[in-house]
Amino acid sequence: MANNHNHSHSDHGAHAEPHVTPLRTYLNVGAALFVLTFLTIIAHVFKAHYLSLAPFIAFGIAAVKAFLVMAWFMHLKYDEPSNRVIFALGFFFLAVLFAFSIIDIFTRVPQGTVL
Amino acid sequence: MSTSRLINGVEVASHFRDVHHQYSSNKEGIWLFMVTEILMFGGLFVGYIIFHSLYPEMFAEGASYLDWKMGFVNTLVLIFSSFTMALGIYYNQVGQPKRATWALAITVLCGAIFMVIKYFEYTHKFHMGIFPGNLINPEMMAEHGHPMQHSNLGMYFGFYYCMSGLHGIHVLIGMGLITWVMIRNMKGEFSPKYYTPIEGVGIFWHIVDLIWIFLFPLLYLVG
Amino acid sequence: MGHSSGKSYIYEEPGLKSWFTSLDHKRIAILYFVSVMFFFLVGGIMALLLRLELFAPNVSANVGQVLKNGDVYNQVLTYHGAIMVFMVIIPGIPAILGNFFLPLQIGAKDVAFPRLNLASWYVFMLGASLAIGTFFASKIDTGWTFYTPYSIRTGSSVVMMVVAAFIMGMSSILTGLNFIVTVHRLRAPGMTMFRMPLFTWAIYSTAVLQVLATPVLGITLLLLMMERIFGVGIFDPKLGGDPVLFQHFFWFYSHPAVYIMILPAMGVISELITTYSKKTIFGYTAIALSSIGIAAVSFFVWGHHMFVSGQSELAGVLFSFITMLVGVPTAIKMFNWLATLYKGSIEFTAPMLYALGFMFLFAIGGVTGIILAVTAVDVHFHDTYFVVAHFHYVMVGGTLMAIMGGFYHWFPKMFGKMYNEMTAQLSWVFIFIGFNVTFFPQFILGAKGMPRRYFDYVPEYEMLNKVSTVGSWLIGIGFLFGLYTIIRGLTSGPKAPANPWGSKTLEWQTESPPTMHNFDHDPIVTAGPYEYK
Repeated sequence: MANNHNHSHSDHGAHAEPHVTPLRTYLNVGAALFVLTFLTIIAHVFKAHYLSLAPFIAFGIAAVKAFLVMAWFMHLKYDEPSNRVIFALGFFFLAVLFAFSIIDIFTRVPQGTVL
Repeated sequence: MSTSRLINGVEVASHFRDVHHQYSSNKEGIWLFMVTEILMFGGLFVGYIIFHSLYPEMFAEGASYLDWKMGFVNTLVLIFSSFTMALGIYYNQVGQPKRATWALAITVLCGAIFMVIKYFEYTHKFHMGIFPGNLINPEMMAEHGHPMQHSNLGMYFGFYYCMSGLHGIHVLIGMGLITWVMIRNMKGEFSPKYYTPIEGVGIFWHIVDLIWIFLFPLLYLVG
Repeated sequence: MGHSSGKSYIYEEPGLKSWFTSLDHKRIAILYFVSVMFFFLVGGIMALLLRLELFAPNVSANVGQVLKNGDVYNQVLTYHGAIMVFMVIIPGIPAILGNFFLPLQIGAKDVAFPRLNLASWYVFMLGASLAIGTFFASKIDTGWTFYTPYSIRTGSSVVMMVVAAFIMGMSSILTGLNFIVTVHRLRAPGMTMFRMPLFTWAIYSTAVLQVLATPVLGITLLLLMMERIFGVGIFDPKLGGDPVLFQHFFWFYSHPAVYIMILPAMGVISELITTYSKKTIFGYTAIALSSIGIAAVSFFVWGHHMFVSGQSELAGVLFSFITMLVGVPTAIKMFNWLATLYKGSIEFTAPMLYALGFMFLFAIGGVTGIILAVTAVDVHFHDTYFVVAHFHYVMVGGTLMAIMGGFYHWFPKMFGKMYNEMTAQLSWVFIFIGFNVTFFPQFILGAKGMPRRYFDYVPEYEMLNKVSTVGSWLIGIGFLFGLYTIIRGLTSGPKAPANPWGSKTLEWQTESPPTMHNFDHDPIVTAGPYEYK
């Protein structure tokens, strides 16, 4: 699949040392995650003011947090591109499952009982 | 075939060319496994979103029984444990295995704190008669001053217990795995040249964190 | 590695115990070979029983009735389906032939994770034992699809069976994961992706499906378990749940699973056709990419199993359209095989007969699939014997023919002995004719409206059912000949040369059977896999 051409890449890097993230970066990411969690709660406490937007804010923040975890803690930012593609595939096919299930559920014609 | 040889002080199985070849192959295997974790949990999320949109009021009633403060604390605990997990790898990379052991120990401890808080959440609900699905007990709930308003409230708690339960099982597995690499680390099996098991376990632990990052708003906040 | 002892993998380590602890991919393949053969025998006996019951309509308990009652029939039906799907066809080609030949074909010494490979076999056996165990606990009658809400309320060992399927799914994931990494990382120098043999391409595409689809089956089965234990209500209309959602989740896995069953078979056929035509395969790239194409499309078509489930019309139409797309990559393969045969020097050996049989039967199975993809037609054919005939043409006419053909083709390499060509061909004659006699009448029965899964039928259907049952005996005889051929070949077959068929792929460039290290000298690849002059 899309990751085929990366094979040569890994060959070239045969003697490259894996990337070491500096401690400061981890501290920053950890701090950012804490701040975002507090932000989620602050948004939750005041959610009466923008009820319809609340889920989007909560999940938006969660998405940012997820990105931070994936990029730095899980080291995807410095990983081989093929591994990024592999991980992304999981989310893609999850979206497929979601999309078709939801298409069915919300386009059904409500029917009375025929019994 | 099971033979291996030492290259630069690292044991390399004979079907791999060199240390990096083995490392990158193992890493890809770990990522493929993580994909299966995402898809497995994802199924639950898909179900949750579908039924949440079908029965928004019932889900709101269910969510009102959850205490976001508990979830909030647990989020902080897990994030912190993710941070210490990353440190566990970092300290091995820079050749300070003692510190790495400490970081891993703190990670396990955080996992334990998470599970203890979960335990209190669960027992509190059991006490109120809130069980998953058909087992939910409306009489007990009424006795505690919270009469059940939607007859299918059990479904919400079906999701709640399935999702947080499956996540909890992953936390326990993760704690076991981290303990395992911690012991290996104390035995001096890892070095800046070889720490793949810690990294693999770390990625698993971050997945556990990642799922919780979404579970928290889903279960506790968006009622 | 140049100074290998020259001992074959079979004799490298002595003793039975060494087989159960071996990390060698070839030995693990043999473990799978023996276990899958056993399950195939069990599932096959179930099939014969089912056909025997349907030999005549039930006049009374003594006349026309073989099984005790409808419940027993439902149970036999369930075990036939579950065993054949989860324990024979899904693991069949990938775990046996794939395990053995994927590393050989790409010039690797082993799969990427040998320990995990052995673990997958144990996990598979654990799941299989549990599944067989339900037979002795309390038999289940849900069919292999475990549809809710029936599966929530019937019998007591559904949970055990579901756990078994979950565990076998894990084994499948681990095998797929192993193969993907092997293909990505362990190819010999010069073995680019587009120099890989087409069998490897097919196993690779299958592995992608195994990793991406099976986890959803996992969560579906877990939820079904929770449904039975706690009544969580997600798939149960009693609590506002949706049984159709179960079908979505189930087929999100199980439709790709259908391609997990057929893609490896197509890979085998590509090898056979080119080898026994002594001709470079036509359209190598197209065949290779169509495997990936089929794998990709398979995730978007699951709803065609649910046209009459109550799924929305829009979803039905979408799934219907996309389903027809599957015909494109499939036809690409068919036409390329045909073009390969054209002006080739065809040898009618047993493997080639199986390959030609595959093409004939799979064409029928595939085209009836397109018929069933049309929603309006499906409403009539759904849950009739037309569907039964269709998927047996694909799964048995397709996959099983390929398994048999592949066995004979690689038999000399796996065991270092030649099989008897005459009995092998005789086996093919019986299986091929028997198969058509069994299943073609079922198309007609289905078109006439005979519903599937029933213990009994009205007298109008009697004649064709009798024909069908007789056909099942022919298939049975055919497989007995096959078993005889294999045993005879193992015990007293003449020694096989390294490359009896004049094949060009890498596995034939080493001894038969290969040594523990596969190759005496690490191969360096400089050309494509099928350079026949």
